[in-house]
Amino acid sequence: MKIIILGAGRVGYSVAESLVSERNDITVIDTDAVRLRDLESRFDLRGVVGSGIEPAVLAEAGAQDTDLLIACAAQDETNLVCCKIAQLLFRIPKRIARVRSSGFVLDERMTGPEGFAVDRIICPEESLTRYIGKLIEYPEAMQVREFAGGRACLVSVRARAGAPMAGRTIGELRDGSPGVAMRLVAIYRRFQDEPDRFVACDGHTRIEPGDEVFVLAASHHIADVITALHRRAGSPVQPVRRIMIAGGGRVGQRLARQLSQEPGRFHIKVIEDSPDRCIALASTLPSEVLVLQGDTTDEDLLDGESVEETDLFLALTDDDEDNIMSCLLAKRMGARRVLALINRRSYADLMHGTQIDIALSPAQAMLGELLAYVRQGDVQAVHSLRRGVAEALEIVARGDRKSSRVVGRKVGELQLPHEVHMGLIVRGLSCAGEAADAVPRAPEVIIPRSSTVIESNDHVVFFLPQKRLVRDVEKLFRVSTPFF
Amino acid sequence: MKDIFPVLRVLGILTMVFALAMGLPLAVSWFQDDGVWWVYLLSMGVTLGAGALLWWRLRRHERELQPRHGVMLVTLVWVLLPVFAALPLLLALHLIGRPLSFTHAYFEAVSGLTTTGSSVISGLDTLPVSVNVWRTFLQWVGGMGILILAVAVLPLLGVGGSQLFKAEAAGPVKDAKLTPRMTGTAKGLWGVYALLSAGCALAYWLGGMGPLDAVMHMFATVSLGGLSSHDASFGYFQSPLLEAIAVLFMLVASCNFALYFVALRKGHWSGFWRDPESRATLSVLVGGGLFVALLLWLKGVYAPLDALRHGMFNVVSVATTTGFATVDYLGWPVFAPLFMLLLSGVATSAGSTGCGIKMVRMLILVKQARREMTRLAHPHAVQPVRLGDAVVDSRVIFSVLAFMLVYGGTVIGLSMVLLLTDLDPVTAFSAVLASVNCTGPGLGQVGPASNYAVFSDFQIWVCTLAMLLGRLEMLSFMALLTPAFWRR
Repeated sequence: MKIIILGAGRVGYSVAESLVSERNDITVIDTDAVRLRDLESRFDLRGVVGSGIEPAVLAEAGAQDTDLLIACAAQDETNLVCCKIAQLLFRIPKRIARVRSSGFVLDERMTGPEGFAVDRIICPEESLTRYIGKLIEYPEAMQVREFAGGRACLVSVRARAGAPMAGRTIGELRDGSPGVAMRLVAIYRRFQDEPDRFVACDGHTRIEPGDEVFVLAASHHIADVITALHRRAGSPVQPVRRIMIAGGGRVGQRLARQLSQEPGRFHIKVIEDSPDRCIALASTLPSEVLVLQGDTTDEDLLDGESVEETDLFLALTDDDEDNIMSCLLAKRMGARRVLALINRRSYADLMHGTQIDIALSPAQAMLGELLAYVRQGDVQAVHSLRRGVAEALEIVARGDRKSSRVVGRKVGELQLPHEVHMGLIVRGLSCAGEAADAVPRAPEVIIPRSSTVIESNDHVVFFLPQKRLVRDVEKLFRVSTPFF
Repeated sequence: MKDIFPVLRVLGILTMVFALAMGLPLAVSWFQDDGVWWVYLLSMGVTLGAGALLWWRLRRHERELQPRHGVMLVTLVWVLLPVFAALPLLLALHLIGRPLSFTHAYFEAVSGLTTTGSSVISGLDTLPVSVNVWRTFLQWVGGMGILILAVAVLPLLGVGGSQLFKAEAAGPVKDAKLTPRMTGTAKGLWGVYALLSAGCALAYWLGGMGPLDAVMHMFATVSLGGLSSHDASFGYFQSPLLEAIAVLFMLVASCNFALYFVALRKGHWSGFWRDPESRATLSVLVGGGLFVALLLWLKGVYAPLDALRHGMFNVVSVATTTGFATVDYLGWPVFAPLFMLLLSGVATSAGSTGCGIKMVRMLILVKQARREMTRLAHPHAVQPVRLGDAVVDSRVIFSVLAFMLVYGGTVIGLSMVLLLTDLDPVTAFSAVLASVNCTGPGLGQVGPASNYAVFSDFQIWVCTLAMLLGRLEMLSFMALLTPAFWRR
């Protein structure tokens, strides 16, 4: 696939990074030649220096036969205009724009073909905020990823000594909770002096304390999963109430606003260094949110604002080092859980499994949305996991027994690579192509056994420990044109 | 001193226009045939002549008005127009054989124009009807503001219109323009006022008042004035229906008129309910009324329904700075009258026809106090004072604090002056408070059942000054007295 990426900023960088390995021809446009050269030296892609709203520059980047434009420059207006030009002059079939302002998302006329002609709007801050919001709902989880419109979730939890299922085998876990629709898909185990390693799972694999366990489950069973793996027997549920947000940038502000929509549920404090930004925050956020001016790594400030009583400390500044240091500080001073936003991959690896409970890469949250759009076929959702190494994806089975190699067959008959785990099947979701008179069924989440028969329009969720396995799965689900 | 000439020129014009206002009592007097019609004709002639003289002599001094000119003009207008407004009262009462001193006549006129509603005239029911019309009409003219009316209807004042508007409009934030041009804003406000007045008069008439009574009480209700054409004030009618109508319109008139204007123009009322000031005003008034009603019932003063009726009416009436009374509430438990009088200082919105501190200032002060308390617990907290969605500028907060100081100083200072004249403390304090807040009836000797005629001339002048200070929100009036204002 030929792809043009506009903007070699942080978002453009991670988009390029994640797409370049998937056998795509990528051209990046940016005004900054130095950044482009840097990008070219790291990845196998081409850089074109110039403004993305100049037709000549787009033509030079090969816009005539490009399949996809991803406009993620810093300015909303640049991205919108670029999409419009791509539609008018070059007829690029798919156009994605990063737009920060929320005003555009609301109105179909703005983004439609008569307007700025944007097929899909992405907003990294919005994705990140939504994702953090999910984590706050399940504070013990390390990751929560949604599938099938939120009906099923992939949760990653660190197994803790003393939890009911720690030390048991996977088979016991299955037998112990028969009514719960969940499947354990992967375990990453901690070893001394080396990074976590993937452990192949079968019914006899034992869950050890300290393991990072990936479980696919129906959304309403997430709490059960967390209880089984993380909560000490007998200890009560501790919902998050006190939240401290270090860094009142765009993400911090969005998150604070989103969390304060339910009055009285959270006590939110936002720490921001710049006095001007503080005033702007305090003027726009609801007055229950306490805005504090000061350095996020200032021990006295954290102490004075009783960080030891916070349930969740979120370091969301633009500065990786600040985030890491303030999280470590907060954790040592007694914050229950800490989350750090870390852009640099090497830092994220470094911090994994240390005092920082959750290290979040801003790009990861948004890439899933993008990847689902870029992939061919009926891929509905993709979540990049373990910093891009593993992947979870939701794919729709289509066709019938003749045209598909999946539909009408038992799970046991499928020729899947053996590392691939089929996690869940969500059946009965309505789809756009369905006839109007079809009887709507309530969607159900099925745990596939080897005897389960896959039907058409089933949403199947896979966990892939290696990204290269994506091709095999996609190939398997491809609908072939039947011979007459 | 030449600086004041352009101001006096405009004052001349305004005086001439004010003379036209006497046409209303003249017409009433002519058609009702109460025998004093020539009084208005004479006063009108004198006023017109004085205005014309001023204007003609200074006609060459036409120039744009500066902010300081606005302050001068507004003070001069409010001091001088009552002199002309007092003329018909003086003459008419002399004619019917109940002569009034100039002090009393001027007091009555100021009380009318400032919408205070305290009176020195008794035997109101036996006065010529046109005199009562004139007294109440003065309130209606003063209610929305004389200069704001002038800006609205006199194109020749176009220059410096916004200066005049700002000098007279009440409230801490004065540059809220509703329309691109100041004339449009002033017209809009007076339009809302006129609409409200028509509705009120109609409601009174349908509720059982005679047409003239309905109009006169409408004047006193929508302007939150409170002068009545009856000695028994609103109690004369003994009608729960009319009292309910009055409560409704007093509540309506105690909210910011700009909100009505915006709501009518946009066609929906969401902004009205979202405005923190109008919400606070209405809840304080209704809550206070219910509270006093409950108190009256529990203390056994009235049966439950009567307690609700009298409690609600009198609390709303006094707290909105109107000052109608249905009963002599000084006989109530001592808490109630004092509570009502204190409420009258705060329970009206900026941009309404009420006076006093205004609810918006109170809200700003409360929020500022809360901010200081938060700061004790969280020294690093950044917390701008917010009203609704808007951030209150710290300059506004300081001006509110200064206003509060001047307000408190004025009340205490004038009360002390009254105490010097051997008045009892309750009467002295309440008379000053009721005058500064433009409420009308106070406590003690000046309660709702009696009137200010018991005061000596000197005490009357103190109260007159208090009313003018209260209506013009002290600061502009006092600025005139500072040497810095006159130093060039």
